[in-house]
Amino acid sequence: MIELNYILIVSAIMMFAGIFGFLTRRSTLAILLSIELMLNSADINFAVFNRMLYGQSGNTEGFFFTLFSIAITAAESAIAIAIMVNIYRLIKDTSVDKLTKMKW
Amino acid sequence: MDSHNIMFIILAVIIACSSLACVLAKSIIRAATYLFFALLGTAGLYFLMGYTFLGSVQVMVYAGGVVVLYVFAILLTRGKKDRLSENTKTKIFTSALLSLVGLGIVLFAIFKQEFLASALDAPNENVLPIKEVGTSMLSTDVNGYLLPFEAVSVLLLACIVAALLIARKR
Amino acid sequence: METQFLYTILILALPFCSFLFLGLFGHKLSHKVAGLIGTTSLGLVFLLSLYTAFEYFFGIGRNVQGIYQALVPYNTTWLPLGNLHFDMGILLDPIAVMMLIVISTVSFMVHIYSFGYMHGERGFQRYYAFLSLFTMSMLGLVVATNIFQMYLFWELVGVSSYLLIGFFYTEKPAIAASKKAFIVTRFADLFFLIGILIYGYYAQTFSFSFVETGSVREFASAAFMLPTALFLMFIGGAGKSAMFPLHIWLPDAMEGPTPVSALIHAATMVVAGVYQVARMFPLWIAYAPDTLHIVAWVGAFTAFYAAAVACAQSDIKRVLAFSTISQIAFMMVALGVCMPLPNGASPELIDHEFGIGYMASMFHLFTHAMFKATLFLCAGCLIHAVHSNEMSAMGGMRKYMPITHWTFLIACLAISGIPPFSGFFSKDEILEASFAYSPVMGWVMTGIAAMTAFYMFRLYYGIFWGTENKEHHAECHPHESPLAMTFPLLFLTAITLVAGFIPFGKIISADGLAYDFLAHFNWALGAKSCFIALISIGLATWIYKGEKQPIADKMQNAAPHLHRWAFKRFYLDEVYQFITHRIIFKYISATIAKFDRKYIDGFFNFLAWGTHELGFQIRGFQSGSIQKYAFIFFLGALALLLVMIL
Repeated sequence: MIELNYILIVSAIMMFAGIFGFLTRRSTLAILLSIELMLNSADINFAVFNRMLYGQSGNTEGFFFTLFSIAITAAESAIAIAIMVNIYRLIKDTSVDKLTKMKW
Repeated sequence: MDSHNIMFIILAVIIACSSLACVLAKSIIRAATYLFFALLGTAGLYFLMGYTFLGSVQVMVYAGGVVVLYVFAILLTRGKKDRLSENTKTKIFTSALLSLVGLGIVLFAIFKQEFLASALDAPNENVLPIKEVGTSMLSTDVNGYLLPFEAVSVLLLACIVAALLIARKR
Repeated sequence: METQFLYTILILALPFCSFLFLGLFGHKLSHKVAGLIGTTSLGLVFLLSLYTAFEYFFGIGRNVQGIYQALVPYNTTWLPLGNLHFDMGILLDPIAVMMLIVISTVSFMVHIYSFGYMHGERGFQRYYAFLSLFTMSMLGLVVATNIFQMYLFWELVGVSSYLLIGFFYTEKPAIAASKKAFIVTRFADLFFLIGILIYGYYAQTFSFSFVETGSVREFASAAFMLPTALFLMFIGGAGKSAMFPLHIWLPDAMEGPTPVSALIHAATMVVAGVYQVARMFPLWIAYAPDTLHIVAWVGAFTAFYAAAVACAQSDIKRVLAFSTISQIAFMMVALGVCMPLPNGASPELIDHEFGIGYMASMFHLFTHAMFKATLFLCAGCLIHAVHSNEMSAMGGMRKYMPITHWTFLIACLAISGIPPFSGFFSKDEILEASFAYSPVMGWVMTGIAAMTAFYMFRLYYGIFWGTENKEHHAECHPHESPLAMTFPLLFLTAITLVAGFIPFGKIISADGLAYDFLAHFNWALGAKSCFIALISIGLATWIYKGEKQPIADKMQNAAPHLHRWAFKRFYLDEVYQFITHRIIFKYISATIAKFDRKYIDGFFNFLAWGTHELGFQIRGFQSGSIQKYAFIFFLGALALLLVMIL
């Protein structure tokens, strides 16, 4: 039988795939994609734990947390992409090791 | 084996494979596509858990909105190939090691921890009614989420303005 | 009775306020205003001191035992230390009141004189501020109620002396002289402090009130340590009062402005050592009469040495400086030759017959302050006129500066001990006390008195008669000084003329009882010393008065080594130089410095080096690469996770 907490395994795989991508990707857009993966896996966990703990009892904290998290993620990625586009316009590159203008 | 169990296995395979493909793909546009599949798979999991509203929001906002945004951004910037082999071997090795060890620790924690053993039910048996979602989202009592709802709406507005401000041509 | 003297706090407060005001805001004032502020406050102090003296000696008068009682109008505990406590206060007794008069008079005159002498100098306001500071410290020293307060003001006096000697701080010799004065006196003060601490530890008090109803306090268990403590204090006093071998700073201190030399290095500060011994005198007599012999012989040797050196110097201020050393040594001798009662080992107060030296010492302190200040101020006028300290630049000055000439002559006669000038009386008392002590001491002191007369008149003839340096005089047009400078000369000379007739024994004597010394005056001795002084003066006249000085040259050629040795002050400075530089600096200080540089510094350098290296090693973490940061962040997160699940 498949149990609810097996979903946690799936989300763990997703999370560590995201971490691996974050550590190895060079393009900042690809790094953002990895961040989306990590966030998504966290969202899954909220939903799973909500279902696991409260079932049908009507308590929906994890559910709503996921819901707002999705909204905030959308906002975050919109800003991030705006910044990336702006950076690309300025230095014609989005590699993470080239973005050193603002460091010093 | 029930149909929803089979469905879970299919979704799990899709999510795991497309997550890995997303971080390993050479072309960014492909990576975005794999991300799209992973997000869709996640939406499937939400449906499976009976959170139909959450699943549809996931499809609409994440898969439909965010990924499209990424695709546009990728198309606007020069799609340079992003190979793993461009990194040094030690970097890849240590990153992979960290990820695998981390995954191992988390899996160990999941199996060691005795979670409430609740089986995955058939989706139609425990659907969270949308009416309930709507009333608690707009109510102000103990289980109400009006304040975060309004805060998020303000955040989204600010975010639209900020995105426009940052990305506009000077 | 004591409340009526509460105003005496003003005597300290006024110069202190003027010091603060001139020191803080002086640079905003004009020279004239700054000088007037300083001089006015000193004038008030002068008047207050006179009033205090009048009230003390005539208003209150003697008590039933027939002595002037010591009054403490003001006393407060400053630092309590268990049984001991450091007090600050004002003590009025005959010698303190006498010193108040001396200090305020000379200081006031010097303030007036400086108007002319320092006219237009850079740092005029600073000069007046320092003068006020000095006067405050010196007044605080003499009215101290306890030895510790005395020590505090003693050091303040040393500091202001240092500041004033180094007043022309752009000139190298002035800097060197100020440092030398400070270090030498400070070295001596170390012994003073040790003496104070020993005294405080054993006697369980710092207070000067050891005389109670006519007898000295009992120090049951402390008596055996008192001679040591007193001798250590005497070393401190010897440093300040320039006793051999700690006198080396005083001749160099003449680099300071001449009015400063008159005030500090002739009249007031240098007698602080004498004053200190006089202050502790009841203890000396009661507990350490044997140690007092050392004081006497150190004084006698210093007097002889300084007089011998003074005979060969050519710088007029140096001659006066050595003369000062010699005269202060006279005062020390006078204190040293006092003896306890022949029958009594009991700590009874000394009888005034045996304690005549005490009275003589204070008397000589008073008269010497007046005539030596006059001499220095005259020297200031001369230097002002010819812009040189050397006798060779002078000669024949009597034609140009009549007032200076006459005042200088009177002061010279006074110091030589010619009646009726004040020096005769005070010096005669000292000689009488010396003869009473032992005939050897008596004759030695008489000989030194003769030398005093000789070198003073050598100086006098060298300046006012002798060979005139016509070329130099044509160049700088010597002329009489302005009124601001001559008035103090005349005033102090007037005091010198009459001071001898002050019945000093009635005011100050060892046991406090009135003592009419004229009734006891040894006329034979007076005539003898006067006769010897006259012979010396005649000798000096014979040798130095003429235009040409064949005898002086012949003497110099006959004993070239002796003259050279005396001129070089018997090479004592060189000996000090050798000991400090060649032995102490080279072998002791250099070793310690090496240790300090190698091991102490080395340890801290090692620490710094280690920190630097460590930082160098770990700076790789701050690469600025976000992925490296993230890597470490995830590592940390995993570690936390591990901690939580295990």
